[in-house]
Amino acid sequence: MPTTVEIAGVGIHSFGRFRDKTVVAMGAEAVRAALRAAGVGRGGFQAAFCGTVYTGVAAGHKVLTALGMSGIPIMNVEAGCASGGAALSLGVEAIRAGRYDCVLVFGMEKMPSGIIRSSFFEPWREQAGLAVNPAYFALRAQRLMLESGVSAEHLAQVSVKNHRHGVHNPHAMYRKAFTREEVLNSAVVCPPLTLYMLCSPNEGAAAVVLRRGRGRRGGQVTVEAAALRSHLPGSVLGEHTPMSGLTTDAVASPTEMAAQAALAEAGIGIEDVDVVELQDTDSGRELLSYEELGICRKGEAGACVDEGRTEMNGRIPVNPSGGLLSKGEPLGASALGQIVELYWQLRGEAGDRQVAKAKVALAHTVGRGANACVVILKR
Amino acid sequence: MTAAELVPVTPGLFTLEADGSGCLIGGYCPSCARYHFPCFPSCPYCSAEGCQERLLSRRGTLVLFTSVRNRPPGYQGEVPFGFGIVELPEEIRIVARLTQSDPEQLRPGMAVVLALTSVDTDEQGRTVVSYAFAPAAE
Repeated sequence: MPTTVEIAGVGIHSFGRFRDKTVVAMGAEAVRAALRAAGVGRGGFQAAFCGTVYTGVAAGHKVLTALGMSGIPIMNVEAGCASGGAALSLGVEAIRAGRYDCVLVFGMEKMPSGIIRSSFFEPWREQAGLAVNPAYFALRAQRLMLESGVSAEHLAQVSVKNHRHGVHNPHAMYRKAFTREEVLNSAVVCPPLTLYMLCSPNEGAAAVVLRRGRGRRGGQVTVEAAALRSHLPGSVLGEHTPMSGLTTDAVASPTEMAAQAALAEAGIGIEDVDVVELQDTDSGRELLSYEELGICRKGEAGACVDEGRTEMNGRIPVNPSGGLLSKGEPLGASALGQIVELYWQLRGEAGDRQVAKAKVALAHTVGRGANACVVILKR
Repeated sequence: MTAAELVPVTPGLFTLEADGSGCLIGGYCPSCARYHFPCFPSCPYCSAEGCQERLLSRRGTLVLFTSVRNRPPGYQGEVPFGFGIVELPEEIRIVARLTQSDPEQLRPGMAVVLALTSVDTDEQGRTVVSYAFAPAAE
């Protein structure tokens, strides 16, 4: 019988801006909360995996040192926006392999303000004005407008939806609802994208304690799949922000590859999923994810919004947490923040943003590398 | 402006003639007959070694476009500037600056031509140039 991996407990440090707090302090709070929820103390877990991008050398070690919990193997994982997902997949695989009974997975970040500066770009690319993430996002949004029946109003509606959800999330950075007009009339960053259609880089931490499943006793949330994939060459709009690509649009994206692998591993189809948290770095990215994850068919993202399929009362609610648009994006923590939210959703503990009767959940992150991670949870 | 005052933003991306004109330098893979940019010895598509430098067509068609309004990190040049994707006859799409920063003046499929433009001034007072595409006379 294959090893099942279950979530023993989760913890989060709210996402936002915390000027007087170090990233290590935030990580330590999230880890403490997760361990407390899991009933696991020092010595109760045999390895730790830490996702972070900007924290630098030995990030995870600093947190566990501060908590007096070092000595075990600690592995720091960088995979761009999917760092937390990559850390989670390593933890899951380590338990499945029989190496450990219980592992700690956490992620944390303290991001610089404004357009994210990334060491990914060579200095000349910055000097030439070619290191502009929102401009790449804008081109992707324009392609959706040309090929998927997406309008500026659809892009705005994604932001309206996620901010409406975010009002009910005490861990979100922005807890304010916006009208479509307010989103459309906010400052133009790179047309067609306006300020309220883009998420803010920020700060925060999240942690998940995984353990070997002890057989179904009811109530456990299990990790059915955690698939990480990198990009294939050729897509000029890929998250690896290439300088060139082929003239074909038929290159499979890392999100498509990760989703197919995760759904196959879990033995389900996207139609079996009750609730989704996905990468809404910008409104266009959410719409593209609908098509890449199979929530709608290719070319139908605009129609999917019109139908309200991903609203709270729709067929498959997306980003009940408010998404990154409401929470902000602390890179290393964002993927695990999704897992924390979906764990609460599956246990019926999500308060005013609860999706009714959710039994199967899907989390998706994608970003620099390019890396995409799709995780499937079940209760 | 004389050529002596011009310096490329980094070597190997494009040729730079005395009159400020130039061509992008792509990579051609003899194994799979596909182009990439910038040129790299290994083919990103089929992994074969031995890719060759080839000058790419200066004229192409505009596929997608936007504009950058706020100066991004590490960039000292003018804003706003155009940003888009151009398709060349070599069946390659290039991510590039556009000389036209007003999206209202651009449309998908329009003809564009390579134009080297100023992006910075270096410590020696030389003009740093990079590649861009400009709407072409029809």
